Amino acid sequence: MGKTIAEKIFDSHKVDNPFGDIHVIRLDAVFCHEITTPVAINDLVARGMDRVFDPTKIKAVIDHVTPAKDSKTAMQGKILREWAQRNNIVDFFDIGQNGVCHAIFPEKGFVRPGYTVIMGDSHTCTHGAFGAFAAGVGTTDLEVGILKGVCAFHYPESIKIEITGELPQGVYAKDAILAVISRLGVSGATNKVIEFTGNVIDKMSMEARMTLCNMAVEAGGTSGICAPDMVTVDYLWEFIKDEFASKDEALKSYQAFTADPDAGYTEVITIDASTLVPVATYGFKPDQVKPISEMTGEKVDQVYIGSCTNGRIEDLRIAAKVLAGNNVKAGVRGIVSPASPKIYSQALEEGIIKTFMDAGFCVTNPTCGACLGMSNGVLAEGEVCASTTNRNFNGRMGKGGTVHLMSPASAAATAINGYISNSNLYVTGDK
Amino acid sequence: MKDFNGKVLFLDRSDINTDEIIPARYLTEITKEALQPFLLEDLSLDGFDPARDIQKSSVVISRANFGCGSSREHAPWAFEVNDINIVIAESYARIFKQNMFNCGMMAVELEPKDIARLFAKFAGQETTLTTDLAKKTLHFSSEKDEETISFTLSEFDQALVEADGWVGYADAKY
Ligand code: SF4
Repeated sequence: MGKTIAEKIFDSHKVDNPFGDIHVIRLDAVFCHEITTPVAINDLVARGMDRVFDPTKIKAVIDHVTPAKDSKTAMQGKILREWAQRNNIVDFFDIGQNGVCHAIFPEKGFVRPGYTVIMGDSHTCTHGAFGAFAAGVGTTDLEVGILKGVCAFHYPESIKIEITGELPQGVYAKDAILAVISRLGVSGATNKVIEFTGNVIDKMSMEARMTLCNMAVEAGGTSGICAPDMVTVDYLWEFIKDEFASKDEALKSYQAFTADPDAGYTEVITIDASTLVPVATYGFKPDQVKPISEMTGEKVDQVYIGSCTNGRIEDLRIAAKVLAGNNVKAGVRGIVSPASPKIYSQALEEGIIKTFMDAGFCVTNPTCGACLGMSNGVLAEGEVCASTTNRNFNGRMGKGGTVHLMSPASAAATAINGYISNSNLYVTGDK
Repeated sequence: MKDFNGKVLFLDRSDINTDEIIPARYLTEITKEALQPFLLEDLSLDGFDPARDIQKSSVVISRANFGCGSSREHAPWAFEVNDINIVIAESYARIFKQNMFNCGMMAVELEPKDIARLFAKFAGQETTLTTDLAKKTLHFSSEKDEETISFTLSEFDQALVEADGWVGYADAKY
């Protein structure tokens, strides 16, 4: 039988198979941020093992709370900063250069087709958009990754999600992935890789593919994954042009990491894109998804546009298109966090930041802060937020707060109306 | 090796997520011990009172998809510093389960029907668990009832429990 993308990656990275289906694989990249890495660093120091397996394969960023909000977060940054320095980790991104990990690392070309990547962050699955196996892990796995450059996983089974046809106007990758999660349920993909395929994916930008793969973990998935194609090569070209004579040659080489036609999947789900509509979550689980048309009227206190799911330039462009010439409803707080400095400056150049500001949005620096209720937009008890992030858990954006997940277009429309709304891009078909 | 015996805390809900186990606002802590007072602070579950219920417990039993959500190992640590080293449930989110064994703790899976029976028999009563790792049995006992049930552990998970976690195991081997 043929192999899935994940199986091909595992087979090319196998170090050991100590028990049953447990495979220890070699890692091409270990990503770190200031929330889950400092504890690993402290433990390594305490064990007298303050070293890294390969400083060029470790990338680190301060992104969750930046600039530091208090002494404790300042200390987390300090531990990471000093560790990067003493271990010669050159790719360390601090104030001025930092942004949300899953936006900034791909943007720097750190993820390639066929790579294996771990990070102490559940949304590491985002990087599967490049045809990589990318998994979120805990601090201990991270610690061993830093020290030895290996990680243990069950040999991966995959679910294939095929999205065919054409997305209706005003319907985005975010609506598609929420529909997939509502179908699979929050544990439907536990221990599995979700492989996204179909002509809708073929046409998607890398940004949109990252939005899809980002939320694989909300269905329990270990990694999302999209086959590498010319879109992938185009995105990476500036970083790989010295390695390949031409884009075609790069593509040929990366095609080693596409699935065989007779690969085996535990489940194949085909979705006709024309049946998809703008959706949002209700309740406290990401599989609680409804068409926005059934939720219209629900009032919000805050609208947040940003995060590793939807804080990229394409997302800001779409939101700005909805916002242009409109104002945020009185009494509603609009917050936008461009996910990286590059995205921020691009948005500045394109006039998008001005559109947001003219509409009454607060523009923050690139950070995760609001998404997990740590800084820059925390909710108060009883407040409701329309958000382009990926988790609507109880209290996620602040104790006692409620989060409705949706696309940037819907979030922008919700900001204008003050209640959950479809964007005019959907209503008028203007795209 | 850690201790896998003691009083049982019954958490009768599926999909208990890591934000409920330890909210993100406490992730600024850089020691495990500092998490101790905040375990399950945001858990929405009728009749559960963290102040009353956690202190006396050393074992948690729950339903499906326990520990879903974030990768934070702070979730197992928050249990560990409250002397809870074993969770028993129908199923787990992958990262949470791996984190438990990586810390030398146990995330034991039982069939839904067995979990349902344990809830029916023991929830609401003072129940004690005795774990026999060699025989792979869990012995539950309350004043009114008792039951011994077998469990399985993959060889890898067992090796991690015996090595007191993945760092010790991997450092010796790779
Ligand atoms: S933006 Fe949110 S989900 Fe993404 S890495 Fe940051 S905190 Fe996690």
